[in-house]
Amino acid sequence: MIEIQHASKTFEQRTGGGFTAIDDVTLTIGRGEFVSLLGPSGCGKSTLLNLVAGFERTTQGSVQVNGQPVTGPGPDRVVVFQEHALFPWLTVLENVAFGLKQKGVGKKERNERAMEQIRTVHLSKFADRYPHELSGGMKQRAAIARALAMDPDILLMDEPFAALDEQTRLILHKELEEIWMKTRKTILFITHNIREAVILSDRVLVMSTRPGRIKKEFAVKAARPRDAADSVLHHVEQAVMEALADELEKVVKEEMGDEYSIKKNDLSNRSADSLGGGI
Amino acid sequence: MLQTLHAFRDGLMDGNLLAATLGSIRRLLISFVISIVVGTTLGFLFARYRLVDDTIGFIVVALQTVPSIAWLPFAIIWFGLNDVAVIFITTLGATWTMALSSRTGIKNIPPIYLRAAQTMGTGTGARMFFQVMVPAAFPHMMTGLRVAWAFAWRALVAGELIAKGAGLGQLLQDGRNLGDTATMLCIVIIIAVLGTISDAYFFKRMEDKLLVRYGLATAGKS
Ligand SMILES: Nc1ncnc2c1ncn2[C@@H]1O[C@H](COP(=O)(O)OP(=O)(O)OP(=O)(O)O)[C@@H](O)[C@H]1O
Ligand SMILES: [Mg+2]
Repeated sequence: MIEIQHASKTFEQRTGGGFTAIDDVTLTIGRGEFVSLLGPSGCGKSTLLNLVAGFERTTQGSVQVNGQPVTGPGPDRVVVFQEHALFPWLTVLENVAFGLKQKGVGKKERNERAMEQIRTVHLSKFADRYPHELSGGMKQRAAIARALAMDPDILLMDEPFAALDEQTRLILHKELEEIWMKTRKTILFITHNIREAVILSDRVLVMSTRPGRIKKEFAVKAARPRDAADSVLHHVEQAVMEALADELEKVVKEEMGDEYSIKKNDLSNRSADSLGGGI
Repeated sequence: MLQTLHAFRDGLMDGNLLAATLGSIRRLLISFVISIVVGTTLGFLFARYRLVDDTIGFIVVALQTVPSIAWLPFAIIWFGLNDVAVIFITTLGATWTMALSSRTGIKNIPPIYLRAAQTMGTGTGARMFFQVMVPAAFPHMMTGLRVAWAFAWRALVAGELIAKGAGLGQLLQDGRNLGDTATMLCIVIIIAVLGTISDAYFFKRMEDKLLVRYGLATAGKS
């Protein structure tokens, strides 16, 4: 369980003064819940995730995981990054076993447990390869296996599929959902893709920008495993899109001046899929 | 030329040449190991602690510009005309380069690796250093290693010219005393050949292999 209470994060700027990336965010993510964060670029999604991961400290407020305040990174909250972050000097197997090695698990056992995770993400044939010998999708799979091998309570995923092509991404959605249904990990998932957020999550949080706040949340009450054609998903998607369109307009206005405006109808009428990737 | 070959044969026969070569290589290896350990540790400290970098790091940059043979007179006063003095200056020759290249290597590690490692429980101490920082900085350190090796080689021969003990430099000096240019040329050739072989067959190979393994080069099929 993740509990964020009135958390704010202000970065010192080199030019002097502070920049408030996150302002007074209160948020609870229950055990086993799959929650997505959506929002315009620069609204503070990664910052929020980094607070939970322990890479950054809150300026105000608190972040607790399972009742304990977060004081630094730890193996109970593993992060899957947009850029896989696999170690290039280790094979897939060694990468996946790396965390277990840190826990002091013996070589034979950790290789067995790593192989099990590698099978889960369908990479058995590639266990002996080095990361640069894998495709983008395979690397991301390996990164997920590496995270799963730690058997953390919480998975923090920062745009894990953003760099992948559409087909690979759809396959990974299925796989991630299966993994989640099997393991019931708590997942905090950041994405720019509305469709991805809606199809995967129990709850979608839309953030507003400058300062970063949680603007709105949407529960996705659709049956699992999710079916892309489900009309419930479609409705939530529409609603999320509207909420985001307001935010986007705000950002665009700030950057380009007041004369520019996105017509709301323009946005909503276009196909949901093509818009999803473009935020 | 023929004389040189003769000198080579004679040297091999009476075992002088072999003993000298082995003596030199032994000193070189001892120095090299010390400079790798000390240099990498220093480099890590520079990369990690700003204060150390601004103070000792600055001194090291300055020291690097001093040819290590310049320390030989000091070494002779401190240690005498012996092995230790030679090993000392050979080590100095390689250490600074190692320190600076591992510093750069460690500073250039993508932060995402360090973050990933921390979430997997390496902490920020020894395990992080040996299992993540060193391998991540390795391609860069490898380049430093090659340069350090070349520096060490030079300092070694220079040191041996003056100090006592069986070594190629000493043999060169003996040759001079006897006016035996054939032997001297023979030794210079040995030095060049050993330097080339160690670079081409060890360092270059290791570097190429590493680059391929790290996905930094596309040599051959991957
Ligand atoms: N270390 C830092 N120092 C100063 N400012 C920072 C720092 N990290 C982030 N910021 C600022 O905080 C804001 C939020 O950044 P963050 O990375 O959380 O955005 P994001 O929502 O993840 O964006 P994106 O969708 O593009 O990844 C940005 O305006 C960014 O410039
Ligand atoms: Mg981000």
